[in-house]
Amino acid sequence: MTISSTIANIAEPSASLELDADVLVIGGGPAGTWAAIAAAGKGARVVLVDKGFCGSSGATAPSGTGVWYVPPDPARRGKAMNSRWDLGGRLADPAWMRRTLDQTYRNVNHLAEWGYPFPNDGEGRPIRVSLNGPDYMRLMRKRTKAAGVKILDQSPATELLRDETGAVAGAAGVRRQKGDTWLVRAGAVVIATGGCAFLSRALGCNVLTGDGLLLAAELGAELSGMEFSSAYAMALEGGSVTKTRFYEWASFTFEDGSPVPGAASKGGRSAIARALATRRVFARLDKADAETEQAMRHSQPNFFLPLDRAGIDPFSERFPITLLLEGTVRGTGGLRIVDNGCATTVPGLYAAGDAATRELICGAFTGGGSHNAAWAMSSGFWAGSSAAGHGRDYRGRSRRYLRAGGAGVADGTGRAIDARALVSAVQAEVTPYERNYQRSGERLADSLGRLDALWSGIHTAQAASLDEAQRTREGVAMLATSRWMYRSALSRTESRGMHKREDFPEKDDAQLHHTIAGGLDEVWIGRERASAPEQEVLAA
Amino acid sequence: MIEVISEDRCTSCNICVNICPTNVFDAVKGGIPLIARQDDCQTCFMCEAYCPEDALYVAQKADGVTGVTAAALEEQGAFGSYRRSIGWTKEGRTRPAPEIMSRLDHH
Repeated sequence: MTISSTIANIAEPSASLELDADVLVIGGGPAGTWAAIAAAGKGARVVLVDKGFCGSSGATAPSGTGVWYVPPDPARRGKAMNSRWDLGGRLADPAWMRRTLDQTYRNVNHLAEWGYPFPNDGEGRPIRVSLNGPDYMRLMRKRTKAAGVKILDQSPATELLRDETGAVAGAAGVRRQKGDTWLVRAGAVVIATGGCAFLSRALGCNVLTGDGLLLAAELGAELSGMEFSSAYAMALEGGSVTKTRFYEWASFTFEDGSPVPGAASKGGRSAIARALATRRVFARLDKADAETEQAMRHSQPNFFLPLDRAGIDPFSERFPITLLLEGTVRGTGGLRIVDNGCATTVPGLYAAGDAATRELICGAFTGGGSHNAAWAMSSGFWAGSSAAGHGRDYRGRSRRYLRAGGAGVADGTGRAIDARALVSAVQAEVTPYERNYQRSGERLADSLGRLDALWSGIHTAQAASLDEAQRTREGVAMLATSRWMYRSALSRTESRGMHKREDFPEKDDAQLHHTIAGGLDEVWIGRERASAPEQEVLAA
Repeated sequence: MIEVISEDRCTSCNICVNICPTNVFDAVKGGIPLIARQDDCQTCFMCEAYCPEDALYVAQKADGVTGVTAAALEEQGAFGSYRRSIGWTKEGRTRPAPEIMSRLDHH
């Protein structure tokens, strides 16, 4: 539909729908809904906005995920933490791992009390280590509404509001199915917008375009670990369903039937990426028997959906595969967290889920969804709780409300950005395996030259119309994200976790630090020493 | 991507319009929804899961169309197959025995 009105960058912002809240949550996936429920539980007035629909939006809803759910038995907890330690390049923080395990255990048990249909093991013991996305997120929407949270669906946020001190003061955006605008004045804001998968069509990921990273950075928020952003997931060629786990039962071959040397879903994905740069690669789940197939079909029905629809029996037939970019969604980089309540460096602004750095529990590599799921529900809970306390302090206080959005907001007065061209130009730098998966200093610098030039070209430009505002801001967010990623990747002159440098293939223990990044016109890089591990973690 | 809305099955409830994460559909007054922005479809299958009439079909290709028709899908019994596989039906779904499910644990 055509939208004739415009958002003007004026001192007293206004919109078709204006609301006041203690806490505004941006994003309605697992992290956002847990944040909203936690904030409402503390007595805050909460509004949650989702670009799509809270309940179906994001990487979790169409999928299924393991959860890092470990009963509070010291031996099992110790083992759970240790098993991740080296995988994550020793950049995780044991204290955060421990509190995430505690909070996840409590939250998953809440899900059971709320009626989530956990199966049992045949002897009456419940199995709570995985969640079906559609069931989980339908329940979370129901609980969010029951908590009294006001939900605005189909309402992308295009910019944050700030006050005269620089603290966050709400956000503004569009109601894309109504053709008008919204604005929420809030004492605190939780960014729960997910990571950035660069519109790769990986399952559920096309709403995850780094929007929240851009919003936060425009207020001066910092990022951490953005070099850990090279996640790719396996899928049927031309498809979207990225459930890589079942490929553990696969063998990989070229079109002529000869094996792909070194290929494996775990520990051999680089070999597949290298092969795919020039040839097609085929998989067949020939290491699974009929009973395993039965278990697989029940556990992840959507894995089989595209295969069934294409008429392929993956257990007996070879089918072509691809690797789809998941970027920071299954990477670990995101907004930098500075306290236990998931505050960012901007007063009143909190981050949760994939929008926040997951280095705290995963270091340089996640390996799978279970840690991200645990992090989403834990960090969401903490961010919502602390945002409630902060936000309520602003009740009744008079503040000035100023728009904080930069490049690409709809104003109608400036030169317009061609959103589609911008998106394609960013994808050309971040999607190719040989640029992002297998990195080199030369290719990173080469890409950064073009990405920085793109930014110079658009940093004072705007959306073509309010209709185009969402698409334009997505392109701007992807561009900003790609520059933090590659600048961070260039600064880490070693290979650690998922960050692989051809020119520095070894780990360098002089680089046990977190890479901090920020800035839009000028991207800057800093370093923060990784926390010293506690004895008990290294003991087992 | 989303390819078919069955005119015979659709009751114009517009649930798909509301729940689509990427805003692919437009509601149409007095008619069934329109696939207005097919290119924006991310092939997440959520519209199929949420459709109470099993009127929608998302083909497996995320990067183009297959040209599948409603008539062919009716013949194959393909409408509603995703909803059945996740147990979003009255019948629900049955979990295989624990010893079968445990085949996934120790690989």
